[in-house]
Amino acid sequence: MGLTYQSTGQLTTREMFDAKSDNCDYIIALAGNPNTGKSTVFNALTGLRQHTGNWPGKTVQRAEGNYIYKSHRYRLIDLPGTYSLLSNSADEEVARDFICFARPDATIVVLDATCLERNLNLALQVMEITNKVVVCVNLIDEARRKKIQVDAAKLSERLGVPVVSTAARSNEGLPRLIELVSDVASKRVCPKPQPVSYSKDLEEAIARLEPRVRDVIGKDINPRWLTLRLLDGDTRLLQAIENHLNAGRTAPVVHGRRRDYSNGA
Amino acid sequence: MSDTITLNCLGNGSIALVKEVVAEGLTRRRLLDLGLVPGTKVEVIRRSPVGDPIAFNIRGAVIALRREVAGKVLVSPWG
Repeated sequence: MGLTYQSTGQLTTREMFDAKSDNCDYIIALAGNPNTGKSTVFNALTGLRQHTGNWPGKTVQRAEGNYIYKSHRYRLIDLPGTYSLLSNSADEEVARDFICFARPDATIVVLDATCLERNLNLALQVMEITNKVVVCVNLIDEARRKKIQVDAAKLSERLGVPVVSTAARSNEGLPRLIELVSDVASKRVCPKPQPVSYSKDLEEAIARLEPRVRDVIGKDINPRWLTLRLLDGDTRLLQAIENHLNAGRTAPVVHGRRRDYSNGA
Repeated sequence: MSDTITLNCLGNGSIALVKEVVAEGLTRRRLLDLGLVPGTKVEVIRRSPVGDPIAFNIRGAVIALRREVAGKVLVSPWG
């Protein structure tokens, strides 16, 4: 069982998020915009074996459930439906903190096939934090009715992560989703998301700051993503990092002035 | 190009293209995350009885914005 909160006085991040990994093999996060059928996917995968409650210290609904695939146990955590991970509402903080600190073995991003454009924003944000992403283009039946075609293979090629079209309501595509999640979680497949490139100024700033972030934070959190948040001046995230990494291990990362890049971004 | 007005000045049923988001900080982030980037088509769906907030169709989702927030989005009427 290893060290616990009682024995060390410190919570490991996974314990803090209460996603205990001792009785399951992989932890899978489920992210997506509101109204994309995320909960339908969740219910279809986990059936009735699920627990609901609140996230620790937040009045944000939390649901988790298990499923078994090829004798491995998967724990699926339903994250709040959000458009973004960066605007700092309680929902978004929960989703961001989970992906960032609990580091799930894979994250499923559920997209609405009928308005991919708006949904891809969240997918790109998740892919900036972690490469272990499977994109699930849901409501494909609805899209067909609206004469919208989604080329999953092309999307997968452009994004650099596995993509599957699903209609969770009728179970279409879900076996393939489970297979892809298992590939990513077990590291048989290592997705390589296309990095988002920013303006020249910003890239120069990242190049200067990233090595220092890497020195301080190690490999626990994607250093490029964290560098971007530092340039953003995201103080709430810094606070969250201080809370979540073991006390004393974090040194102040930046002091002094920061330039305003908000218009160039 | 036609005149630039703010999003809260549009009448019900009218359509406009986003020219610029002048909000800053988290409000700016939020508006951009909702899909209000320059060039986006926005339709005014309806207003609440007191005129605030206003419901917009933004990239296929109906989203209500308060007057003060909508006032930070510059648009040009379309069509």
